[in-house]
Amino acid sequence: MAKRERLSGNEAVAIALKQINPDVFPAFPITPSTEIPQYFASFVANGLVDTEFIPVESEHSSMSAAIGASAAGARALTATSSAGLAYMWEPLYLAASNRLPLVLAVVNRALSGPININCDHSDSMGARDSGFIQLYAENNQEAYDNMVQAFRISEHKDVQLPVMICQDGFITSHAVENITLLEDKEVKDFVGEYEPENYLLNPACPTAVGPYSVTDYYMEAKRAQAEAMKNAKDVILEVAKEFGDLSGRNYGFFESYHLEDAEYAVVMIGSAAGTTKDTIDQLRKQGVKAGLLKLRVFRPFPAEEIAEALKNVKAVAIMDRADSFSNQGGPLGAEVMSAMYRKHLQAEAINIVYGLGGRDVTVEDMGEVFAELARIAKTGEAGDTYRFMGVRG
Amino acid sequence: MAVDLNKLHLRAPWQDLTTGMMIHAGGTSVEFHTGEWTAVKPSIDQDKCKKCGRCHMVCPDSAIVVRVVDNARMEGPGCGKTALDRMYQVDTDHCKGCGICAYNCPFDAIEMEGM
Repeated sequence: MAKRERLSGNEAVAIALKQINPDVFPAFPITPSTEIPQYFASFVANGLVDTEFIPVESEHSSMSAAIGASAAGARALTATSSAGLAYMWEPLYLAASNRLPLVLAVVNRALSGPININCDHSDSMGARDSGFIQLYAENNQEAYDNMVQAFRISEHKDVQLPVMICQDGFITSHAVENITLLEDKEVKDFVGEYEPENYLLNPACPTAVGPYSVTDYYMEAKRAQAEAMKNAKDVILEVAKEFGDLSGRNYGFFESYHLEDAEYAVVMIGSAAGTTKDTIDQLRKQGVKAGLLKLRVFRPFPAEEIAEALKNVKAVAIMDRADSFSNQGGPLGAEVMSAMYRKHLQAEAINIVYGLGGRDVTVEDMGEVFAELARIAKTGEAGDTYRFMGVRG
Repeated sequence: MAVDLNKLHLRAPWQDLTTGMMIHAGGTSVEFHTGEWTAVKPSIDQDKCKKCGRCHMVCPDSAIVVRVVDNARMEGPGCGKTALDRMYQVDTDHCKGCGICAYNCPFDAIEMEGM
């Protein structure tokens, strides 16, 4: 029986973790993700979970401790945001390349500077090439659901890669929304026990984790890592299918909203997709064929599926909540355009950087984007393909 | 499950190597011939060597090994397990050629030689 609740996104992730009851949770606080370990620490103090909670001295340490715990054979995770994620940069790569399953709950916040505590995706987008699987949420329900699915994906024998579950700082992490929770037993049964084949605390088989790989072996290690990321696509869908059967909430690589017959499409990640859906609802009433592709899985990048979903649109705006300072646009823009090119799509495409440092996105803003797409489709001229939205000047 | 070390070699395709290059077996550093990294090796002049053992103590890789030599030919009092029973040799499989032994030898008994 599902339970109806009202929770903030941080609470929702913490509740999911209480139901999962992981073995080890090292954490260091940073806004806006602090509440996840804070709520969880209260569960530990009240004896509601068996987890070893380790208050560490930095994010470099929290990720390193999670890695050590995973290598030892434990189910481990940590949580962070922004500068905290940046500070765990080095161990992020170690988790992925040593093929250690673990979860990082990211609450997206702008990287400094200027120093800012509000939402954009510059932190996790900066870590996009670290080898982590990345799942993004539009709202609190999706943050909860992604957390419940994350360990199953991470620990799958064909994957064995760490997973980042991301949600938008303050917008979903602190806003309280209605949410439907699974029963504790349902989550427990769904996630199951973690039984690694090899682990450091196994006295029957001594193991070396992270041995030096000379030039003769490094590239083979990376090739195998790439294969694991390829395998992750099927595993993500398998886990989502099973989760859908359990919860009635269905997930894939992305959500299509009125995309089937859309002439003008927006591609974006995160909470602003909710705003865009309102815009689309208004436009559809006026007969405008507007649609949305809201990406859930950024790593592995579902290029073929995105191109297939966009094959009939006339113009598309790819919205990035992070700039890559390539003078071309953001990371999502680059990868979606690359996917479209490889499928020989003819649609005009522009890349819009928006919402940096928590800059608000309104229904009217997105209406302007669709109006611009209509102009582009009519003239066949995309104009500047690297633009900013919602900035003065 | 322990890994078969014989299957981890330079001709093994990526599919046959272990996940994350982990090694599921104990004491495998002996099998790892770090001596391949160097182009110079110490050579101990056994006539000059006074068996003081300093090279053995300063070697960062435990690559100066002590061999107990046959003392059957020695006679007289004090010819049991004495300093004379020992002989210092270089484990070339694990010596990285740093030269610390040669630098520290008080009797100039160690020369670094090119290979």
